[in-house]
Amino acid sequence: MSSTSRARLGEEVWKLRTDKINAELVTLTYGSVVAQLCKDLDGDYAEVNKQLDKMGYNIGLRLIEDFLAKSNMQQKCANFRDTADVISKVGFKMFLNITPTIVNWSSDNKQFSLLFDENPLADFVELPDDGKAQSDLWYSNMLCGVIRGALEMVQMSVDAHFVSDVLRGNDTTEMRINLIRYIEDEMPQDDE
Amino acid sequence: MAGSSTSYYFVIIGTKDNPLYEAEFGSFKQGGDGIPKFREEQRHMNQFIAHSSLDCIEDQQWASKEMYLKTVDKFNNTWVSCFLTGGNIKFLLVHDTRSDEPIRQFFADVYDLYCKTLMNPFYEVNMAIRSQTFDQKIKAAAKKYL
Repeated sequence: MSSTSRARLGEEVWKLRTDKINAELVTLTYGSVVAQLCKDLDGDYAEVNKQLDKMGYNIGLRLIEDFLAKSNMQQKCANFRDTADVISKVGFKMFLNITPTIVNWSSDNKQFSLLFDENPLADFVELPDDGKAQSDLWYSNMLCGVIRGALEMVQMSVDAHFVSDVLRGNDTTEMRINLIRYIEDEMPQDDE
Repeated sequence: MAGSSTSYYFVIIGTKDNPLYEAEFGSFKQGGDGIPKFREEQRHMNQFIAHSSLDCIEDQQWASKEMYLKTVDKFNNTWVSCFLTGGNIKFLLVHDTRSDEPIRQFFADVYDLYCKTLMNPFYEVNMAIRSQTFDQKIKAAAKKYL
């Protein structure tokens, strides 16, 4: 499947097979989750990032099935570059109606970055000016967890994390995704 | 004319009559430089004038369907214009010349900016607005209309 036909597929699924929801509702819902976490965890932003990632992971585990059902992808991705393309053009398109740009491939084709030109989760958001949030909080960290969870269900163990965010005053919002390994069929641990 | 140009004092009042944001600016019209020309003793008077107009607003707010109440109070040569949001947040502008239309446009922009601030999940109703972006945008709106 070529890159353009993937873009078309993403467009099609978004138009025909996706229930739309008001953008502000999403933004405010996500925002209140993050704000509440910050309050509950007393401004321990490292922990907030971790919790967001965990929530995302749990979403990813389920979302992948929905993704496969709706996109009806017959072919397996031949390599990690294909996977990246599908994540951006079909996955993000389908769920958030955005297509992050894929850049900065490492020479071994195991690492790439997603550049978010727009981020529906972060509309209206200004990080608290407590001197810590700007440097410690990754506001949209749930997305990392979603990708990690989703890819794990299709036999890819990855590490995903943000390296920059416009909310922090950076020029771009960039997420780094690193393929750790393909998970081979293996016996579950502690399975006698 | 430049020396005697209009000055403005702008304040946002929360639902508990608490100030959320305040700013002063001068007129850019008629060759004004945008720098407020309040005399030192006038500056704290502005706060009193704005505060004392709150009672007048309470009297008038149910008489009008509009959010923009125009001038609600007058003290010597100073007028107070008010815009009341649906959530009972008051935008007050203390000014020394009457001009309803530009102030209406200014308030409309402020209302827009205020809504966006309220959409920020880290901001809560009645919290002081410390955002620098907000401040800059308010001043840009003032430059545009006042």
